[in-house]
Amino acid sequence: MKAFIRFSIALLSLFFILGTSQGMAAEDPALKEKISALAEGSYSDRAQAIQSVAATGDDRAVPALEALGEGLLFIVKSDKSVVIGLDEGATVETFDPVTGDSLGSVPSGAVDKIKVNNRLRREIRSALGALTLLSDDPKVRLAAAGAIFKSKDSDSIELLDTAIAKETVESVKLAMQEARAAAVLNSSRDMAEKQAAVALMADRGNQSALAVLLNAKGSAEGPLLVDIDNAIAAIEKSLAIWDLAQNAWYGVSLGSVLLLAAIGLAITFGVMGVINMAHGEMVMLGAYTTFVVQDIIRTSMPGIFDYSLLIALPLAFLVSGIVGIIIERGVIRWLYGRPLETLLATWGIALLLQQTVRSIFGPTNREVGTPDFLAGAFKLGELTITYNRLAIVIFSLLVLAVLMLVLRKTSFGLRMRAVTQNRRMANSMGIKTNWVDAMTFGLGSGIAGIAGVALSQIDNVSPNLGQSYIIDSFLVVVFGGVGNLWGTLVGAMTLGVANKFLEPFAGAVLGKIILLVFIILFIQKRPRGMFALKGRAVES
Amino acid sequence: MKNRIRSLVGAAAVSSMMLVGAAAQAAEDTIKVGILHSLSGTMAISETTLKDAMLMLIDEQNKKGGVLGKKLEAVVVDPASDWPLFAEKARELISVDKVDVVFGCWTSVSRKSVLPVFEELNSILFYPVQYEGEESQRNVFYTGAAPNQQAIPAVDYLADAEGVERWVLAGTDYVYPRTTNKILETYLLDKGVAPEDIMINYTPFGHSDWQTIVSDIKTFGSAGKKTAVVSTINGDANVPFYKELANQGIKAEDIPVVAFSVGEEELAGLDTAPLVGHLAAWNYFMAIDTPENVDFIAKWKAFIGNDKRVTNDPMEAHYIGFNMWVKAVEAAGTTSADSVIDSLVGVAVPNLTGGYSAMMPNHHITKPVLIGEIQADGQFDTVWRTPGLVPGDAWSDFLPGSKDLISDWRKPMSCGNFNTATGKCGGA
Repeated sequence: MKAFIRFSIALLSLFFILGTSQGMAAEDPALKEKISALAEGSYSDRAQAIQSVAATGDDRAVPALEALGEGLLFIVKSDKSVVIGLDEGATVETFDPVTGDSLGSVPSGAVDKIKVNNRLRREIRSALGALTLLSDDPKVRLAAAGAIFKSKDSDSIELLDTAIAKETVESVKLAMQEARAAAVLNSSRDMAEKQAAVALMADRGNQSALAVLLNAKGSAEGPLLVDIDNAIAAIEKSLAIWDLAQNAWYGVSLGSVLLLAAIGLAITFGVMGVINMAHGEMVMLGAYTTFVVQDIIRTSMPGIFDYSLLIALPLAFLVSGIVGIIIERGVIRWLYGRPLETLLATWGIALLLQQTVRSIFGPTNREVGTPDFLAGAFKLGELTITYNRLAIVIFSLLVLAVLMLVLRKTSFGLRMRAVTQNRRMANSMGIKTNWVDAMTFGLGSGIAGIAGVALSQIDNVSPNLGQSYIIDSFLVVVFGGVGNLWGTLVGAMTLGVANKFLEPFAGAVLGKIILLVFIILFIQKRPRGMFALKGRAVES
Repeated sequence: MKNRIRSLVGAAAVSSMMLVGAAAQAAEDTIKVGILHSLSGTMAISETTLKDAMLMLIDEQNKKGGVLGKKLEAVVVDPASDWPLFAEKARELISVDKVDVVFGCWTSVSRKSVLPVFEELNSILFYPVQYEGEESQRNVFYTGAAPNQQAIPAVDYLADAEGVERWVLAGTDYVYPRTTNKILETYLLDKGVAPEDIMINYTPFGHSDWQTIVSDIKTFGSAGKKTAVVSTINGDANVPFYKELANQGIKAEDIPVVAFSVGEEELAGLDTAPLVGHLAAWNYFMAIDTPENVDFIAKWKAFIGNDKRVTNDPMEAHYIGFNMWVKAVEAAGTTSADSVIDSLVGVAVPNLTGGYSAMMPNHHITKPVLIGEIQADGQFDTVWRTPGLVPGDAWSDFLPGSKDLISDWRKPMSCGNFNTATGKCGGA
């Protein structure tokens, strides 16, 4: 956050330098007066004040408006003058809102922050759109066109015409034309111009074009109304197809979360046959490891924050893995072959771990930050794909692949499979089955810890984190087929996609119920899940 | 060896006698205050803070000399987020520990579970959380907001100040969101909002995959009319919900979300920079700048020994409730439940937002309603507040079953659900 403020101040001072280098007058009483009006009166008075600043068309007002939007504009209590300020705790460093000259720092009690609400933020956005449309930076022009598209301000049409005539970058020009079309549809221009605007919107063909058209529909009549209706129908048709794709993507994304939560359990329950109710808590430990790592990085080395998740991964694996080995050596090994006791014992351990974490870290949620490269979303056609979900999909498949390699290609994997298939035979061949048991349980728990690192990006980091995943994890493993990693993959994806296709029709609550009923029926029919293991090992 | 055992036994006997003696002595000199908040299980996240707040208030009162010349003694029990256990623990507090008053409960279902116990054993419960209304019990004092002290002013604000015409009512699937949304739906329809401009959505507890719902909200919001989300989403589900909103790029300027269950505590687990401008409606914000509040926050941080801890609305409710109880006990001159219940009605104490809150005959209190916008530092900035105090309405005027009901526990009416249409006590 601090870095962000520094950045915006740097940006602001850049504006000042540009402003002065263009040889503008250092003082302009009229503009200054208009900016002072931003601080006073009711929200609607101030909305008008913003509009009147925008009406000057003077781009020296940009820093003040931006500061207002960011909450960096202050009013000095003693003389009621407006300044841009940088809050530094006890003091506030102040700058002149027009010239950007430093006015020195004052105690924070001497100034009041000027409040804005959402309505003012919208006004600021559209004012900035109008003021920066002729900027030298194409990115700023693109953002300005986007702002006018949203505000549909019919007063900006002439300005847009000027900007379009001067524009050289094709994509920015298109954005400006679309903004103009939206503004035209919102104005009292003649029919022909509006029909051209509708055609442009139909070409754009996305959700925001649809919003513009639906908005214009109310006041339209005659041939324009027919045009709009046709355009709406066409857009809705194409959006319906994108909707299917969107649902499929959401399904894969949910499936990957289920997969990640269940892979560890596929080892401890699927391969070893231990009903491990403390599995969710291993996930939680992984998430808290991430929190601790980030906390240390924040205080000692803020520069490497973006790598915090990479650092947390091996540590989470170790922490959860070691706790897993301790649990196996301390409790579970005495209970092999007694599923009911194992269930109760591990459930007790789960409660114990939860309360321990609650005592150490407190009962409230902990904030795990998202590195910059995982924040936000990008558009693929009409699909909105968020980076963190995409990362989780890729990560879960990666974890699965690595685990498969470990099981199939390493000597530890070979021993592990030997022990689970025929313990006594493996023992006679000189494999230390005790050691293999402990390591296998540690591996399953460690993978759960890794899952915790990823899940900390989309869920709460609280002592209850694990509980919300334990049921789903068991469902995935049982549904996919106990003891089969491919089954876990297919099971997770099936449940994820089915859930997301049910949700729009049935709602989140009913969707989940339908899915549970389906799984109950499925297990009745095929008690060993989709991909059942065959052979003697199963019979025993 | 034998000697050692004997001396051990002897020491144990002596010390246990001393303990019994101390306990007996304490019982004579103190007034016991029960604290019934979950310290483990799912609700510990919210309720542990309230337990600490109560301990602080009791500590403060003892420094001032206690009540009626006696020290207060806190009795803390842990109902472990288990609703039937709430009833058992309440019974234990009242009949075994002999407490004179209980401060506790968070979820409505836990309150419903302890109601019969308080009625049967005739004790007093202070309930500090905003709830769905439709209840007024002789033994319970509701210091949290009723729907008309939170939900309805919030909707009015959005409609008037932000020009919202299309509404998403999103909630967790249980009694509080369902009742609140029913009240809001009737209210909005009465205001002339078309039924197709209202979308109602429920999700299970702890819902963590919000992709579909957030994109539905986005679609619903792009129909050309200004749209807002009224969120009664509870507890843990909020963090993934807000994260998804931020990631899908829904800005408060476009589709604001006003929440009734998200306070400073909940925001502590979030990076709030992308959420600036989303709203919450409460009766208290930590950022309120009054001398009482500054003092309260300083004491809280000192008591808990952590400079980063925040305060929230239910804590203020306990602050008000506790001070009301102290004042009523001093007025009655006794802690006996019947006298205190009678003298509580009409008691007014300062709240933390710069005014006085009074206990009304329907056992709800008067409070200001504040609308705040989330700031980048995890605090709320008040953008609007009701000009005066709003009295809590136990029975909503917007539900067919309760619009004729009023509650007045003063004599001679002494009725929690008096039906003005039939002129009888006993509901619809």
